[in-house]
Amino acid sequence: MFEKTGVAAPEMVLEKFPSVERINRGPVAVVECYQKIPCNPCQTACPLGAIEIGDDINNIPQRDEELCGGCGLCVSKCPGLAIMIVDGSKSPDSVEFRIPYEFLPLPAAGETVLGLDRAGRPLCRAKVLKVLNPPSFDRTPVVTLEVERKYLYTFRNFRREAEEHG
Amino acid sequence: MREVELLIIGSGPAGLCAALSAAESGARALILERSFRPGGQLVKQTHMFFGSERQYASHRGVDIAELLLKKLAEYGERIELMLNATAVGFYEDNVVTVLKDEKEYFKIRAKSVVCATGAFEKSLAFPNNDLPGIYGAGAVQTLMNVYGVRPGNRVLMVGAGNIGVIVSYQLLQAGIEVAAVLDAAPRIGAYLVHASKLARMGVPILTSHTVKEAVGTDCLEAAVVWALDEKFKPIPGTERRFDVDVMCVSVGLSPLNELLAMRGAEMKYVPQLSGLVPLRSENCETGIPGVFVAGDASGIEEASSAMAEGWLAGLCAAAKLGYVPADFEARRREYLSQLENLRSGPVGERIRAGMKLSLLEGGMRDV
Repeated sequence: MFEKTGVAAPEMVLEKFPSVERINRGPVAVVECYQKIPCNPCQTACPLGAIEIGDDINNIPQRDEELCGGCGLCVSKCPGLAIMIVDGSKSPDSVEFRIPYEFLPLPAAGETVLGLDRAGRPLCRAKVLKVLNPPSFDRTPVVTLEVERKYLYTFRNFRREAEEHG
Repeated sequence: MREVELLIIGSGPAGLCAALSAAESGARALILERSFRPGGQLVKQTHMFFGSERQYASHRGVDIAELLLKKLAEYGERIELMLNATAVGFYEDNVVTVLKDEKEYFKIRAKSVVCATGAFEKSLAFPNNDLPGIYGAGAVQTLMNVYGVRPGNRVLMVGAGNIGVIVSYQLLQAGIEVAAVLDAAPRIGAYLVHASKLARMGVPILTSHTVKEAVGTDCLEAAVVWALDEKFKPIPGTERRFDVDVMCVSVGLSPLNELLAMRGAEMKYVPQLSGLVPLRSENCETGIPGVFVAGDASGIEEASSAMAEGWLAGLCAAAKLGYVPADFEARRREYLSQLENLRSGPVGERIRAGMKLSLLEGGMRDV
């Protein structure tokens, strides 16, 4: 199905997630790279050596959940926008996501947006906590959102709601 | 008649890297570019490139063009860039005829030539495919990203290869609705990370689908699509209508290399490389000594490979002219290993097969 729709199956997604115990300890990267393609900027970007691709740049990146500090430097470097940071340490009820978002206008901190799943279907409300867009991110802004914990494995995108900001 | 050491035809990723590589070895190069601006297709690539650091991965194509042009300027007079200059003929005595500014017509004789002329978009046959509003995806990308022109309001993308999927994403970035992306193949051809970017924006990707017909009187008003069976035969009764004012056809590219055929290089149809390509050595040299090919003109691949081929072709073309730097062999091996690395994965399988078929006899040993 993935190869027909571009939407990864739930079990594929789950395999890329670190353990819940790790997520609850603090921010950590989820690298949703499922296909062997010649690409390795995530490995190059990581200051901790937590993402390993190896000599063959076609290898699928392996993220070490213990080495990864969740700094997020890889998020805006991935040409496929396939990396996000999850952090379950802030609250028992919600999870913080940091996702790349290349659309204008950018949301503002405090704004409520519509959370979407991997097929772009509306999922939940999400609260924008922070929007980072420094020159070093090279026009791939990273948005931090607070999302109900039950959407940990399904939340992946968001849409600003025109009617709220019209 | 003007005489030059090295003539490079085309200033896209392959041509620019070939010029830099040759100049680094000490050769002097003239680059012909038919457009009013250098950079080839790089100038409209607003997305980040794949590959490794050595091919500027994670940089946007448009910025890579800037970066290469800045490097070019460092070589001063050793590299000359001639814009609005189309190479229209390539003759046996290595004379290239040039049409400049659409009015001056003159000859240049080169000791060595790198043909880096790129590719052109393939088309698709269906009723009414000549209605205004039906574009090549590359044309829409140029309109949008280079000239800031909205091609329309609602788009149907035909082709789920990298270009189709990337241009669809860029249409969304420009605030234009993408109704769907179709592909006749049963699987998405693009890198799946690109497809996932579209999917999570809610754009449906319909594999095993093609266009039945375009509908409209003065311009495109709708497109009717239908599903294909496993033998690529349309299934009657599966028709769906999309009300769109733009259709982008993105069904692949073909190498653009008629100049080499005219010069007498041995050409071969290699489906894995998407068309007619010149036979060449491992060093990108065609069967005609001193005549090289690099980038999409030698077979359709990614810009990352085009750059690596450009570096290799420029190095070897300069060597042919007598500019053999002390680190020649180390550089040659470096570019070859970059190419091998880029082509080594499963998506490079077709390219590897195509490369084998387009190699001159004894080409692997040609050093």
